[in-house]
Amino acid sequence: MNVVVCVKQVPDTESAIKVKPDGSDIIKDDLKYVMNPYDEYGIEEALRIKEKFGGVVTILCMGPGRAVETIRTGLAMGADQAVQLDDPAFEGGDAFATAKALAEALKGIEYGLIFCGKQAIDDDLSQVGATLAELLKLPQVSLIQKLEIADDKKSATVHRQVEGGIEILKVSLPAVLTTQKGLNEPRYASLPGIMKAKKKPLDVKNLAALGLSSDSVGCAGSKSIITKYTPPPARAAGKIIEGEGPQETVPKLVKLLREGAKMI
Amino acid sequence: MANSVWVFAEVKDGKIKKVTFEMLSEGKKMAEKLGVDLSALLLGQNVGSLAEQLGHYGADKVYLAEHEALKDYTTDAYSKVIAELIKANEPSIVLYGATVLGKDLSPRVAARVEAGLATDCTGIGLDDSGKLTATRPMFAGKAYADISFSDSKPNMASIRPNALPVSPPDESKKAEVIKVDVNINPDDIRTTIQEFIKTAGERPDLTEAEIIVSGGRGMKGPENFKMLEELADVLGATVGASRAAVDAGWRNVSDQVGQTGKVVSPNLYIACGISGAIQHLAGMSTSKYIVAINKDTEAPIFQKADYGIVDDLFKVLPVLTEELKKLKAEG
Repeated sequence: MNVVVCVKQVPDTESAIKVKPDGSDIIKDDLKYVMNPYDEYGIEEALRIKEKFGGVVTILCMGPGRAVETIRTGLAMGADQAVQLDDPAFEGGDAFATAKALAEALKGIEYGLIFCGKQAIDDDLSQVGATLAELLKLPQVSLIQKLEIADDKKSATVHRQVEGGIEILKVSLPAVLTTQKGLNEPRYASLPGIMKAKKKPLDVKNLAALGLSSDSVGCAGSKSIITKYTPPPARAAGKIIEGEGPQETVPKLVKLLREGAKMI
Repeated sequence: MANSVWVFAEVKDGKIKKVTFEMLSEGKKMAEKLGVDLSALLLGQNVGSLAEQLGHYGADKVYLAEHEALKDYTTDAYSKVIAELIKANEPSIVLYGATVLGKDLSPRVAARVEAGLATDCTGIGLDDSGKLTATRPMFAGKAYADISFSDSKPNMASIRPNALPVSPPDESKKAEVIKVDVNINPDDIRTTIQEFIKTAGERPDLTEAEIIVSGGRGMKGPENFKMLEELADVLGATVGASRAAVDAGWRNVSDQVGQTGKVVSPNLYIACGISGAIQHLAGMSTSKYIVAINKDTEAPIFQKADYGIVDDLFKVLPVLTEELKKLKAEG
């Protein structure tokens, strides 16, 4: 079964995010970029499907030049080929504009399943998977933590994490599934894998190659846009509760929470 | 009525979720400013009796869609009903809770009706022309973004639970109930729910909890989380965990707080044995009050905490639980 994994390059979780003084953007100079952690689960799951059923694993990534590093990581893990959508016109797009370009790029690719991370840890939108599914008229299941594909490959049983429990459902294929932590343990790229990745096909497509107009993608094609960034509200400096051991400190804490904060 | 403000009423276990009342309270203010109706969308099977409560919280109208196929949530059935309602009635604003369900449903509907959607908003408002604006955290709260929408209608937002205040209900207010004809064929629904495995007890989900007691590497092992469970029992809290505790296999993934787990904003967050890695702080720093218990004075968590106790948590926790039990017994 052929599988497509949508991948995004994002600042790693240890990055401190600073906002430009004029609020027009975040400061990107010192950021360290990695593959969106939730997308790693998609690549791992795609590789396991390939190992079981055969097929081709394709990485689809929208991102500027630097995103090649993330794509190569996925290829080194074992994906077979990649398509990168790289054009200044794609920048600043919301989920709708982004999914539109992804859907267009998928037209030339055969697939039985598409994975997207449940959300990208930069914009935290949690929208592209569902939006892509809608544009492709495919069913979606979000937040999957377990996947079993039926022998006839026409359906799959998935476990998804919902509030208070695990929902087990059957979904017809092809489908878009969004991946959540717990699905698997993503493998590391091996040294031979890294060597091989350099020779795997990477098709870089710009706006013209996709055949879309510039007003249908990126900021121009978006239904919502970011007008301003702000740093998070600052928290006032806290208070360390002094005292000899818990017998003294705990009652003080409880009093503060009860009388000051009225929390308990 | 065209241009009205809509709120998707989320029902779980026969009850309306609190985030719905938060949205109705804020939605009411916007509807009044715009001079339009506030409507709630109520989908399910045998849920009609809940319409009354939506009226108490400010809904002028309730669109009630009852059908066997709407008993349990499926993306296909719910998005079909809501998208058709939107196309027929042309609301200007549609709000959803940024819950597991809301975050699955809202982008699907938005894509179908080609609407802008802002996820997990902590604030919403109207610009000078009466168009929706939103504020939402990005990077798990390391930065915030102001969002504006295109001129095409409707505009949509999903709202973070616990972020907006609830206005007191007015039991004299009644909503007009509009029954919706539901046309769903079995073929329309491409997923079938086979089973639900309950993993949590009666405690609210982390994203909706008012109090969270959370443990990290300093808990030293899965067995010690029992101390947090006991404290949580007294407080009516939900137990969370740091990434370190989850990656060590001590706690379930669904308990993880932080950038690759859940972003939470309870009234009170008690961090036990959590040093405060940047990805964890991002996920909980919008909590109203933060208490940190850690024996390392230098732990970054103390810079975010309102109150800190620098001590061995294994000595502090039993005393804290006992103290709160006493308090509870006194009433």
